[in-house]
Amino acid sequence: MDVKNLLSTIQANKRLQAIIVGLYIVVTFASLYLAQKSVIAFLLLLASLLLLYFTSFSNRVKWLVGGLVLVVLLPLAASQGEAYQSYMEVATLVGIYIAMALGLNIVVGLAGLLDLGFVAFFALGSYTYGIFATSQANNFMPFGHYPLSGESFWVFIFIGCLVAALFGVLLGIPVLRVKGDYLAIVTLGFGEIIRIIFNNLDKPVNITNGAMGLASVKPPELFGIQFMYPSQFYYIVLIILIAVIFAVRRLEYSKIGRAWKAVRENEIAAQAMGIHLVRTKLMAFAVGASFSGMMGVVFAAKQTFVDPTSFTLVESITILVMVILGGMGSVPGVILGAAIVTILNLQVLTELTNWLNQLSLSGVIHVPDALSPAKMQRFIFGIILILFALYRPQGLLPAKNPVFDEKDLKDTDSNHPMNTGVHKGGTQHVHLDS
Amino acid sequence: MSILTVKNLTKQFGGLVANSNINMEVQQGSITAVIGPNGAGKTTFFNMVTGVYQPTSGEILLNNESIVGLKPHQVTKKGIARTFQNIRLFGAITVLENVMVGMHNHLQGGLFSTILNLPRVKKEEKEARREAYRLLEYVGLESFFNEEARNLPYGAQRKLEIARALATKPKVLLLDEPAAGMNPKETNELTKLIYNMREELDLTIILIEHDMKLVMEISEHIVVLDHGEKIAEGTPDEIRNNEKVIEAYLGKGAAATAS
Ligand SMILES: Nc1ncnc2c1ncn2[C@@H]1O[C@H](COP(=O)(O)OP(=O)(O)O)[C@@H](O)[C@H]1O
Ligand SMILES: [Mg+2]
Repeated sequence: MDVKNLLSTIQANKRLQAIIVGLYIVVTFASLYLAQKSVIAFLLLLASLLLLYFTSFSNRVKWLVGGLVLVVLLPLAASQGEAYQSYMEVATLVGIYIAMALGLNIVVGLAGLLDLGFVAFFALGSYTYGIFATSQANNFMPFGHYPLSGESFWVFIFIGCLVAALFGVLLGIPVLRVKGDYLAIVTLGFGEIIRIIFNNLDKPVNITNGAMGLASVKPPELFGIQFMYPSQFYYIVLIILIAVIFAVRRLEYSKIGRAWKAVRENEIAAQAMGIHLVRTKLMAFAVGASFSGMMGVVFAAKQTFVDPTSFTLVESITILVMVILGGMGSVPGVILGAAIVTILNLQVLTELTNWLNQLSLSGVIHVPDALSPAKMQRFIFGIILILFALYRPQGLLPAKNPVFDEKDLKDTDSNHPMNTGVHKGGTQHVHLDS
Repeated sequence: MSILTVKNLTKQFGGLVANSNINMEVQQGSITAVIGPNGAGKTTFFNMVTGVYQPTSGEILLNNESIVGLKPHQVTKKGIARTFQNIRLFGAITVLENVMVGMHNHLQGGLFSTILNLPRVKKEEKEARREAYRLLEYVGLESFFNEEARNLPYGAQRKLEIARALATKPKVLLLDEPAAGMNPKETNELTKLIYNMREELDLTIILIEHDMKLVMEISEHIVVLDHGEKIAEGTPDEIRNNEKVIEAYLGKGAAATAS
């Protein structure tokens, strides 16, 4: 009862919220700044964004404070010690996965099309940059000198976006003839086919360098500065991610977003409303894929190495898990889901393993190697998923519908192009003598 | 003037003839009822007119232009809207958004203009919201505008289907058992609504309905189907007294009570 009271007091009081969030950010910032090795402090500082999400400030304030944390505070606090680059590496990967999960969310969450081969678009983006930013392209391109300069990276973000979108459409055309379970199987096949093609396209003409992969991909370059460190890629990812979030937020509640949801809810009714089924689904595939394509380009540049093992079915399923865990169709949910899954994989489970190792070294307990959390990743994952399916089937932050303001809906002027001819009170004339 | 003309329309599902050589003319601005026992082929007829099923043979003309072979969304663009016997709302989105989906083809917003949130898209969306709200007021559902559609009571769901269909700005509106599952009060309101829509919105209405009171009260023309065949058509009075119809569908008692 008391906790409830406290929560409602906080909910009602914006100043109190500001103090709490501000204090939280300051404390976590200071802990990370001072205790560089503390992964917990790093994660807690990141979690300030979640706290911010739950406050009742306007979106603009949330974006500003969130931007401040991500652009200034997080990198600054992390930059004081040796772990700097590894923190930024995690943050960069989180950003990449969030963008991909948001893309898949359009396909699965909004349009209701189960796609089990989504990583293919990430692969397409990676290889698009990888091939032209290494000497690889010399093998088959009749003109030009390769690798292209690091400055071409910026253009390749858009090329990767377009290539992925194009393949999204190409995949969609045959695939959309099938529905439900069949769609899942066909997309799964597509994902594997793309990976296998990249794995084998080293003969007759060596395009992808097969299983050897593409090494020493050119780092991006801007005004003579080379981007080599995670702390630099972090900002590239952040900018793309913010653009992606804006795009999905706007699409979600637009004519296009409504059409996606209508198709998901009932295809026959959607068509009866004048929605072109194929075009609507293809657009979902293309837009979703394009985010992955962009992040693929960034990934290739960041790793400086591309090979087919980064694009397995497990990756596709992991992205799907992010969407389901976070909440299908929910943008904040998917962001949270992607962050949690990525951090769990990269940080928490490995840290836990290290800690257990230390304990067993000092003889406190003995954990057999086979049971180390890092090795049990899939298992722990599975358990988390099952728990969620049971207790939180809608995801961490379930999708929300827009809440319209009645004042905004009532107007006096009824002379505009949308007019269907109805007017208030029209039905009050009674023509029937019954 | 005939707005919708159907010639020798036939639909077979394997060996089953669901519609057999149906001929029909629907007058512009009229309310026409299609009645008949369950399984007579009424919904199949609607499905052919709206492009959900392709006819096995025959012709469907809207304003003397063939609409056979068009996809459902193209038929909607031509000006035919419908509701469904087994309610097909977009359950997980709000009531207002359901109506806004109906405006799909009257909104210009494209992918890039939406992502860039251009002023014209913002303006158009605002107008669409208002028009959707007006449509909800028109059918009497405005108080539900922020609810998820699946949470509405049954009768309200049927009305929402009508509002959503109206949002497509149809010339011809097909209602498939709009009063099914409604109580007498709701049916009464619905009867008035259908009548008023025709009067006020420049609509031609074709409805499938088992409630004979509703049918006899508002339709000018009635077509009777049985086993996929048209067994009679005419004014309510003619149908009420038609021996074939009484035998196949109305029954002796109904003919008296439905007057
Ligand atoms: N898609 C379909 N496939 C096979 N048979 C169908 C299909 N749709 C309708 N039918 C059959 O056609 C007949 C007419 O059905 P319907 O048009 O729904 O009747 P009504 O609406 O008059 O009750 C029924 O026997 C039904 O089983
Ligand atoms: Mg029927």
